Amino acid sequence: MPTAEDLKQRIETSIPGAQAEVEDYTGTGDHFRAIVIASAFAGLSRIEQHKLVYEVFGDEIGGPIHALSLRTEAAPANDAEPGAVNV
Amino acid sequence: MSESETNPIRDAISEAIAEHETILFMKGTPEAPACGFSARTVAMLQALDAPFAAVDILPDPRIRQELSAISGWPTIPQLFHSGDLIGGCDIVCEMYESGELAQTLGVQQSSDSSAPEPSPAAQANGFAQIENRLG
Repeated sequence: MPTAEDLKQRIETSIPGAQAEVEDYTGTGDHFRAIVIASAFAGLSRIEQHKLVYEVFGDEIGGPIHALSLRTEAAPANDAEPGAVNV
Repeated sequence: MSESETNPIRDAISEAIAEHETILFMKGTPEAPACGFSARTVAMLQALDAPFAAVDILPDPRIRQELSAISGWPTIPQLFHSGDLIGGCDIVCEMYESGELAQTLGVQQSSDSSAPEPSPAAQANGFAQIENRLG
């Protein structure tokens, strides 16, 4: 069963410049909520941004991961450093 | 695998998307949603008084498979307008709160833009019986 931390790691390794916050909001390892900020989202529509995150998990969405609620945001391309602060 | 093989379910879904200006693929029906995300999406459309057709994807697992193959979107619900995928519950919710949903659907939004709670007594304006064509 995936954990919120697993999902966070996988999102951050798969999407360039991504920082993710993932929450297992039922505590049952199958319903997650994520906020993902990534430089890779720049210039993409919301639909395309969400698709990039869904693609990380492929068939697991709707399978072991019943729900992955998303909020995405593009980070400036020069702000790919994890933990960097926007001024 | 033959590309020329007919796929009646996929055709029926594409047809439904083309025929209805606003169409929601959901779990359950607007009167009896079978999932919280579907219920919330229905509630937002109804709060805007937006006319929409609804398709219950639960009666046949192939509806969901084919729908996701068409849209490239893995989860349910999926809202389409003028043939384009608008999004699932999260995107519809963000768009509702920003007023973008009303604009996209061409309806008026009242001043209260906080996302509404699903109402069990709510009614849909149309119900597309896609499963009936899939025998």
